[in-house]
Amino acid sequence: MLEKALTGSKKYWAWVFCLLAVIAVGVLAYLRQYSYGLGLTGMSRDVTWGLYIAQFTFLVGIAASAVMLVTPYYLHDFKKFGKMVILGEFLAIAAIIMCILFIFVDVGQPMRILNVLLYPQLHSVMFYDMCVLCGYLAINFIVGWTTIGAERKGTPSPKWVKPIIYLSIPWAFSIHTVTAFLYAGLPGRHFWLTAIMAARFLASAFAAGPSLLILLCLIVRKVSKFDPDPPGVGAIQSLVKIIRYAMIANVFFYICEVFTAFYSGLPEEMAPFKYAFVGLDGHASLVPFMWTATVLAFLGIALLIFPTRKNSVLLPIALISVFLANWIDKGIVLILAGFVPNSFGRVTEYFPSGNEIAIVLGVYAIGMLVLTIFYKVAISVREQNL
Amino acid sequence: MYKGGKIIASLIIFVAFLTFPFFYNMGKVNAGPENLDSNIKLTANTQCVEPASFMRANHMQLLNDWRQAYVRDGKTVYTNSQGKKFEINLDTCIKCHSTGAASNTAGVSNPALNTTGSSKTLASNSDQFCVSCHNYASVELTCWSCHSEPGGATK
Amino acid sequence: MSINRRQFLRRAGIVTALGLGGSFVINAAGSKLAEAAAESTYGTSTQGLAAKHWAMVVDMSKFKSKDDFKRVSQACDLIHNVPDIGNTKDEIKWIWEDDYEHTFSGGENEYLTESFKELPFVVMCNHCENPPCVKACPTGATFKRPDGIVDMDYHRCIGCRFCMGACPFSARSFNFRNPRPFIKENNPDYPTRTQGVVEKCIFCVERLAKGQKPACVEVSKGGLIFGDLDDPNSEVRKIISSKFTIRRKAELGTQPSVYYLVGGGEHA
Repeated sequence: MLEKALTGSKKYWAWVFCLLAVIAVGVLAYLRQYSYGLGLTGMSRDVTWGLYIAQFTFLVGIAASAVMLVTPYYLHDFKKFGKMVILGEFLAIAAIIMCILFIFVDVGQPMRILNVLLYPQLHSVMFYDMCVLCGYLAINFIVGWTTIGAERKGTPSPKWVKPIIYLSIPWAFSIHTVTAFLYAGLPGRHFWLTAIMAARFLASAFAAGPSLLILLCLIVRKVSKFDPDPPGVGAIQSLVKIIRYAMIANVFFYICEVFTAFYSGLPEEMAPFKYAFVGLDGHASLVPFMWTATVLAFLGIALLIFPTRKNSVLLPIALISVFLANWIDKGIVLILAGFVPNSFGRVTEYFPSGNEIAIVLGVYAIGMLVLTIFYKVAISVREQNL
Repeated sequence: MYKGGKIIASLIIFVAFLTFPFFYNMGKVNAGPENLDSNIKLTANTQCVEPASFMRANHMQLLNDWRQAYVRDGKTVYTNSQGKKFEINLDTCIKCHSTGAASNTAGVSNPALNTTGSSKTLASNSDQFCVSCHNYASVELTCWSCHSEPGGATK
Repeated sequence: MSINRRQFLRRAGIVTALGLGGSFVINAAGSKLAEAAAESTYGTSTQGLAAKHWAMVVDMSKFKSKDDFKRVSQACDLIHNVPDIGNTKDEIKWIWEDDYEHTFSGGENEYLTESFKELPFVVMCNHCENPPCVKACPTGATFKRPDGIVDMDYHRCIGCRFCMGACPFSARSFNFRNPRPFIKENNPDYPTRTQGVVEKCIFCVERLAKGQKPACVEVSKGGLIFGDLDDPNSEVRKIISSKFTIRRKAELGTQPSVYYLVGGGEHA
């Protein structure tokens, strides 16, 4: 089936080579980091995790969000998602691959990374995170590849996939829950030490992931003859409802956090929020990001509540808003504000280095390349069956 | 043949890629490790922590066990199969397996560091007990990125 | 028997997987043989200091001049090859000084005079009884010894820095770059670290094994008292049970083993 990714239009190849170029730059940047050490990043003794782990956290959510299509389609027999579900599964695969790469580039001794398997520590959340991530990658790969393979032959999917599909539902929840537990179980980090961390993670994932998926569907519709949401089906509008409620829940959870911190008045609870929204001790580098995210979050919700959600121009704007709001919240602020202020109550800020950004872009380009190839296969199969 | 040209071209590239290491190393043939006994400081009848035949085959395993015992289990004394006691320390190895002729960045001799400057070539320097085999087998050592020998213990 | 290409590939894959798996089994069996051949044993040295729960008391009354602080951290840095990177971003610290206000952050008292807020304190790894760093470590590179010391296995650390996120005391440092060029005087008795691993104070486990007290304790002129908290007759136990001592962030429940004796005067 992979051969279908080897034929394509000039535009397809131009896109692939663009991605390869970005990947090449990323690889070179990584080689520099590999020989010099992580000192080449903006991370410091106080802010020990930066953009890499933040992207990892965000992308676990994107991966988990495939469940928002799988559950209705397979569990509730919600036929509308029939054509989109495969795109969700392939998006999950690309996202998980990026997650694993982001962990890999963040590690100080990459050659030793298999020590995690050699000396498994059952008390470390990171061990479980690795297990669920690899499991989820395998599940989505098996399910996606088998179903599209069967579709190509015009036969129904084999029976043995069904249990795996059902397994993928709790598994998707588990990957993001375990990722939240990485943070929520640390006694000294007040910004993360919150019981609704996992719930927040899931809510933001189920808003950002499907938003991205719809945007991808709109692109697929434009560049190919395959329409994931043919006229009269309304799959996208159904997904929009999910995004809307997930985003409202996400904002609600956030307000709960803000309330707890500020009504209780605990200085250590308030400090990270102050740093993110108004700045602390004269340091305010996250403030513009956080306010942008806030505005975008409410704009996105507003556009998705009102009939504007059906407008073909406003819908993408709403989805991009929701996506960006979540990306800023989880892909930047959540990790950084957890470290700033540090455990001595001092403010040490973090600014990513150019090399670090090049690696981040490289990993994203790898993810997009994987996504492009998988989507190309899926689209070709669908086009042939038209 | 259908698309014969492309297939043959790809095959040639593939074979070239596969055999690259052989061509790359052509003419740089290493002689086997030198007479290791000449690299040992103490007299020939002094026995290593375990018999030489055992060490030759299992030194990596022994070093790993020593590291485990010392670092993680707090065990600092090794009693060998003949009942002889040794301090668990890389210095215990270095005391014999180094002539102290060459020196590393820390200003002390390092039996595994190739001090001739050219990497991946067999060193004829007598002070390179570990290196002469390890270079030959192309197994890179990482011990010396942290440890520096031989001991200030004897200083 | 004729098989098609697909079947062939599948079977070849299975055979390869079996072969790889089998070689692991053989390797494992081989190392078992080697162990049996050696019949060797591992033991502890008789001269080593032993305890059930090592703890430290910092008698702040003994830390008066800048030199009192410097002496302690310099002794440690020298013995353990702690590099002086020269910038706060990549710096490595095992034992250092910080002011009262930040060492005991969270209990802000706005009426304290500036001089009180800026009072220097010695800080290091607290060797917690419930160390969050040990819980976080995915490889066991950070582990708690039976004598209460939270030790590091630099060979095993993969540099994920989860422990640094978990530590509420910022006691850990990461080698953001190769530390060797930044070590002024190399002590060949003790290894350096390599780029990409985490390090911290280990209560001088290597010295305890030789029967010596930690380096900082030795040069502290009585300012640092080290002993077995489990032993009712030890000096540390006597101080901690009868004098007013404080610990950093005790409310987090990690049970630090470093106690600060403030306004102590004469002890035990």
